[in-house]
Amino acid sequence: MSTQPLTTPVAAPAPPSEGRGPRAWSRFERLQGMLFVLPALIVLAIFLIYPAYYTIRLAFYEGDFHFGFAHYLGIDNFKQLLTNDHDFLDLTKFPPGGALINNLRWVIFYISISLIIGLGLAVLAVRVRYERAVKTALFVPMAISATAVGVIWLLVYNTDSNVGVLNALWHGVLGQHSVSWLGNPGIVNYALIFAYIWASVGFVMVVLSAAIKGIPAEIMEAARVDGAGEWNIFRRIMLPMLSLPLSVVTIWLFINVIKVFDIIYVMTTGGPGTSSRVIAFTMYEETFHNGRPGYGAAVAVIMLVLIAPVMVLNVRRFRTEKVVA
Amino acid sequence: MATVDSAVQIRTQTRSERLVRLLTRTPLHIALVGIALLWLVPTVGLALTSFRKPPAIASSGWWHSLTQWDWTLHNYDSVITATGMGHAWVNSVIITVPATILPLTLGALAAFGFAWVPFPFRDTLFLLIVALMIVPIQTSLVPLLKLFANHGHLNQHYYGIWLAHTAFGLPLAVFLLRNFFVTLPKDLIEAARIDGASNLAIFRRIVVPLSVPALASFAIFQFLWVWNDLLMALIFVSDPSKQPMTVRIPYLLSTYGQEYNLLAAAAFLLMILPLVVFFSLQRYFVQGLLAGSVKT
Repeated sequence: MSTQPLTTPVAAPAPPSEGRGPRAWSRFERLQGMLFVLPALIVLAIFLIYPAYYTIRLAFYEGDFHFGFAHYLGIDNFKQLLTNDHDFLDLTKFPPGGALINNLRWVIFYISISLIIGLGLAVLAVRVRYERAVKTALFVPMAISATAVGVIWLLVYNTDSNVGVLNALWHGVLGQHSVSWLGNPGIVNYALIFAYIWASVGFVMVVLSAAIKGIPAEIMEAARVDGAGEWNIFRRIMLPMLSLPLSVVTIWLFINVIKVFDIIYVMTTGGPGTSSRVIAFTMYEETFHNGRPGYGAAVAVIMLVLIAPVMVLNVRRFRTEKVVA
Repeated sequence: MATVDSAVQIRTQTRSERLVRLLTRTPLHIALVGIALLWLVPTVGLALTSFRKPPAIASSGWWHSLTQWDWTLHNYDSVITATGMGHAWVNSVIITVPATILPLTLGALAAFGFAWVPFPFRDTLFLLIVALMIVPIQTSLVPLLKLFANHGHLNQHYYGIWLAHTAFGLPLAVFLLRNFFVTLPKDLIEAARIDGASNLAIFRRIVVPLSVPALASFAIFQFLWVWNDLLMALIFVSDPSKQPMTVRIPYLLSTYGQEYNLLAAAAFLLMILPLVVFFSLQRYFVQGLLAGSVKT
């Protein structure tokens, strides 16, 4: 514990969180502030910032076996990815395919369905006394790792109607032929998306229901007294007041989608063939299986580019919220 | 919520009104209870399967076990010993504990600096950290692996994964804790300064004790994040005998693809700790996740 020369206290010390005020901070104190922050900054610089720089650079090279810069390629990796790699982007057939298109499917269906179910449940559950129980039931999958979620859903989707509960319903109850939900290239992406929705909806519901409780009850009561129907109350009062939490949740779901990897690795390893690959899976596959780190780095850069707008948004939102002067 | 309820209560005084209300609300109850039960089915199915005997699993669906009671713990016995999942579970703990404590400590120190001690470029540096919060892991995998391999084979030990998780947990820790620290009463900290307390003393004696909820929220979030992580462990733990459960289970899948007795038991072992944490510390857990929603 260092003793520190105290500057004369003034009547009303400036709020330290704002940093600059009437109270003069000695050079020594400023140095101390740096010391608190320095360990974290060093770790971030070595293990986060430098690697990001390295990867961006590597994306313009043909990487070698030791992840070195073997051969400068310019933008060839990106060109190849976007125009000539049908596992990544295939616009020649209909519907289009490839990891990028699959990820687009994830963006559309995962985000919209999660929002609809989560919002619907949040709105409905506030009206019942056992709301907590409903929330808990939906939230439990949030605690489980994607690896376990994968095993759980492999069991659900099992092709044998004596094992998989979905085919038991499909075959046993509805009398249809058992479906290979994960073996059919046309279905597999939706099957994976649904498993992931199952794991995420609880979060959407909890965030939105907390926000709903923040809406003053008088507003809704007043609308009810004026004869507004429940649907109108939802559309004209709740929805506009939920726009901020909805945007936070949507961003959260979006980041989730761009980074989705674990569940695919566990359930299909990108298959059948390459039909359930997504961007993050392609990065892993190209880098660590196909021995093309430069190519994989280009995929990672594409991920970074997709997420960059959210980074800008976060920083901007934080700035305007005046938490930082 | 309470006010909405009481307001509704007041309006439904008479018996007939109450009956009408019950009837009109029946679909609501059916929908809510139905969805909640539906959501539990996959997890319950896995849990039941893990306690069934292999022949039973192969010949009939897990839902039959509700009527034909024939449980066994044998699956757990074999998955823990024969497939090495017990060992992998311990690895998960060894990886997770330091990978939680390190970013918590470094993050809290930095957050204190950002919140209460001014220094040059403080706001700029903080915004940088906000931006770093959602950098995808994929941009670090290759360079970090190279770095670890070239410097003392850190990926052959736990050091690599500890450091990687520390780096990826830090931005969130700093962000979350700093935002909590700035809400602490200014007078208290100024008074301590006037009394001659050093910054470190203020941090240890005032800020940390007052911030237990925020520290706990981050710790739980990070703990579950690391425990549940697959990708980073897959890349940064090269020694198979040190790999955590999340990495070993996919191997189990490729070896015993259809042996659900083993797979279910393994998956349940992986889930058990997070579930215990979830049910015992639900409040902090939800808070941590809500706060962490800015991350992933």
